[in-house]
Amino acid sequence: MLALVAAHLALAGLLPLLSARSHRAAFLVGALLPAGALVWGLANAARALGDGVTETTSWAPALGLSFSFRLDALGLVMLVLVAGLGALILAYSAWYFGPDSPEAARSAALLLAFAGAMLGLVLADDLLTLYVFWELTSIASFLLVGQGGEDRASRRAAVQALLVTVFGGLAMLLGFVLLGEAAGTYRISELLAEPPRGPMVGAALVLVLIGAFTKSAQLPFHPWLPAAMVAPTPVSAYLHAASMVQAGVYLVARLSPAFAGLALWWVPVVVAGLGTMLVGGWHALHETDLKRLLAFGTVSQLGFLMVLFGGGGRFGDVTALAGMAMLLAHGLFKASLFLVVGILDKRAGGRDVRELSGVGRALPGLAVMSVLATASMAGLPPLLGFVGKEAAFEAFLDGGGTPGLLIALGLLAGSVLTVAYSARFLWGAFASKPGVAAAQPQRPEAGLTVPAWLPALGGLALGLAYPLVDTLARGYAAAYPPTGAEYHLALWHGPGLPLLFSALAVALGAGLHRLREPVTAMHRRLRTPVSAQRAYELTVAGVERVAVLVTGRIQVGSLPTYLAVILTAVLLLPGTALVLGTTLPDEQVLYHAPMQVPLGVFVLIAALGLVRARRRFTAVLLVGVIGYGIGGLFVVDGAPDLALAQFLVETLTLVVFVLVLRRLPAHFREARSPRRVALPKALIAIAGGAMVASSAVVVSGARQQAVSDVSREYIRLAPEGAGAYNVVNAILVDFRALDTVGEITVLLIAAAGTASLVLATRYDRHRAERVISGSGGPEHEEEVLG
Amino acid sequence: MTERIPWERWDEPHEPWLLPGRCPDRSERTLLLEMTTRVVFPTILVFSLYLLLVGHYSPGGGFSGGLVAGLAFVLRYIAGGRQDIGGAVRIRPPVVIGLGLTIAVLTALAPALAGNAVLSSAMWEVELPLLGTLEVVSSLLLDVGVYLLIVGVALDLLRSLGAGIEQDARAAGERM
Repeated sequence: MLALVAAHLALAGLLPLLSARSHRAAFLVGALLPAGALVWGLANAARALGDGVTETTSWAPALGLSFSFRLDALGLVMLVLVAGLGALILAYSAWYFGPDSPEAARSAALLLAFAGAMLGLVLADDLLTLYVFWELTSIASFLLVGQGGEDRASRRAAVQALLVTVFGGLAMLLGFVLLGEAAGTYRISELLAEPPRGPMVGAALVLVLIGAFTKSAQLPFHPWLPAAMVAPTPVSAYLHAASMVQAGVYLVARLSPAFAGLALWWVPVVVAGLGTMLVGGWHALHETDLKRLLAFGTVSQLGFLMVLFGGGGRFGDVTALAGMAMLLAHGLFKASLFLVVGILDKRAGGRDVRELSGVGRALPGLAVMSVLATASMAGLPPLLGFVGKEAAFEAFLDGGGTPGLLIALGLLAGSVLTVAYSARFLWGAFASKPGVAAAQPQRPEAGLTVPAWLPALGGLALGLAYPLVDTLARGYAAAYPPTGAEYHLALWHGPGLPLLFSALAVALGAGLHRLREPVTAMHRRLRTPVSAQRAYELTVAGVERVAVLVTGRIQVGSLPTYLAVILTAVLLLPGTALVLGTTLPDEQVLYHAPMQVPLGVFVLIAALGLVRARRRFTAVLLVGVIGYGIGGLFVVDGAPDLALAQFLVETLTLVVFVLVLRRLPAHFREARSPRRVALPKALIAIAGGAMVASSAVVVSGARQQAVSDVSREYIRLAPEGAGAYNVVNAILVDFRALDTVGEITVLLIAAAGTASLVLATRYDRHRAERVISGSGGPEHEEEVLG
Repeated sequence: MTERIPWERWDEPHEPWLLPGRCPDRSERTLLLEMTTRVVFPTILVFSLYLLLVGHYSPGGGFSGGLVAGLAFVLRYIAGGRQDIGGAVRIRPPVVIGLGLTIAVLTALAPALAGNAVLSSAMWEVELPLLGTLEVVSSLLLDVGVYLLIVGVALDLLRSLGAGIEQDARAAGERM
């Protein structure tokens, strides 16, 4: 399974090479892999429904980290959605993006990479593996929504999607760690077998739910999903309808068997889910953009799914059956509808309800297909959506008590809205509207229509073949406490309350659609004081304001202040330790070798001269003299390697100083500081100097033996272990090689920082009339790059 | 057939004789320094390679070697100005830095492919004709990475703080 996921990511890396020749070929080749994954999943379906297919690859055994995968009933349903719809949507994209669309090459690679990440997410059997893929899908979503980043709306939507989902993802990671530590394992299957309990688990579950709610656009995090509709339609169809946004639902479904009995788990899920279903449905009723209408519909349906999976432990396994059926149904009909909107957008000249007219007459095939898909969404027989909705009503009405009845009534209200916006979608897309010129759509090619037909037909076929869905759903629902009566997913259960509810939903929904104009007028008058989008904007703006405030306080822009802060920290922390924790060495030798005396005097004189220097150049030279003097001391102490490095570094530093000095005034020209500043400055300087000097004495006396144990081991190991007779070098490139790699990385960052500071700020300074930071022309870019 | 050169121009230099190849666009120049640099530059580079290779046995190593090579370029910059550096090194400094880090990191990760711990080193003994037995240690590659990175940093400093500031001053109308 890891190979399957890795193949997606690897091929995604290679696709741009193919895109350079032909976009269409790239999309079609990309579609082969998800199709292969689907075939693999179906071939393993029998085993998946039995014990499940598992696979583990350890990648950091010392840390106990491994890539664990498991294919079971729930994984199989998600795999069908992710891989099956992925293949269809990639194929659709081959015709959706024009031959010279600038977005095609990027989208092909990213869509395939996303498919790989999503596949990893639904197959993961390890909390941390799941988290890694979870965040990968968020990043893919950011890149796909943002596209080229040239459009302001795309950028805002992409950033919003990223901020919200990654915020949730981080909360979820915290939850995972708490959960994993409480259970003693990060394997999901082991966690489900023996669910941990305790106060820590409660906190963990709340955090995990935040992650699931943000990803699946639940109240109050939902506005990012409609905003993300600025992405190209195949992207919306795949990420923001059929797969990625279902990840949150998937996570709840995955963990529910273990925790659904806890009120802390099911109450928030059911409440947020019901609220989201109603709010999403209500907004969908008034959208004029078909894509945003569907997006709010998705928000609403995701809420519905949350209720079904979250309520499983409290209300028995029938909710889980309903959840599985609806999960499958939603993926199918929503993908199909999004692809229809894409076709309308490309071939009928728009997707605005107010502008489309008479499309149904011109493209009857498309209209029939949309009716099929919306019927599943509205819950009409004999489609899969109806099967799921019947089971949902049954689950909450039968033996659920008062809470069950309340939830069922909530679901009924949500379903009424669903039927109404389904009708609105059909009316908006295909009806002939008086006073609007009939559209003259081009006939879409088969490459566009076939991928849209297949999921729509899938909803019909699975509705008719309900025993198949029942077997699949039962494989998952077996983990829940059974309800009294045996229940099977079916089209006909005889007359009863669920059927009545379904009929009521359709009738009331149709009525609501007829009353659309007064309802929308009411919606316009109803200005809610609370808006989730506004709350998001206020939060982001608030965080920015706090950041500016804190940075302004910390980065005051005064070098003496920075130095004072650093020196005070040195005095307080190591200084305190020095005073409290160490004893002075017994006897202090003035010098070890006679040569140290002249060198020491030399360094001292240079240091004193440095303090008195008035010219910058003199000061720099004296710093160099001190450095060379220290190098001389190294030579005397028998450290030729250190001395060599010291001399060379000193020389280079000197040269760099001189290079910079060319642009600085020759003399230090500073007004004398006022007394109240001068005194603290002097105090801090004296204390800092005294502390460093005394610590040098104390630290040099700390060594008890002539050669420490560590040094002796290094000397012993160097020839045989590292093949080096120079111990210093052996330490640098072998014993402590990780340090070396880290240090050269720091050097790289320093060099890059210097170059950007010098080369990038220059252009800002010289454009006196208008300063736009970092906005150089091509020659400037060239220069910064080298 | 080569072009016939008139006899009175036989002793003229055929190739750019001074380091920058052409007269640098400034009034002060020290011919003596330019000539010395021209003579010494290759020797310093060879010495830096010597330091790199000898690090396993006596003072030296990638860090010192890289610094020596970097200083060789500093010398050329001081003698010949920024055009001279451009003439000596065609590759961009950031690329040299990146190459160094890449080599170092790849050397660090390579043992993992063979199932050994990251950063562990291997030794081989190679018999060479005339030279005798040669010990090769894989950690030498790490040193090569360090060497390249240090050279790149020195070149980049010359580019940003050397040529960059020079250009800055010229743009501000100052004489350097």
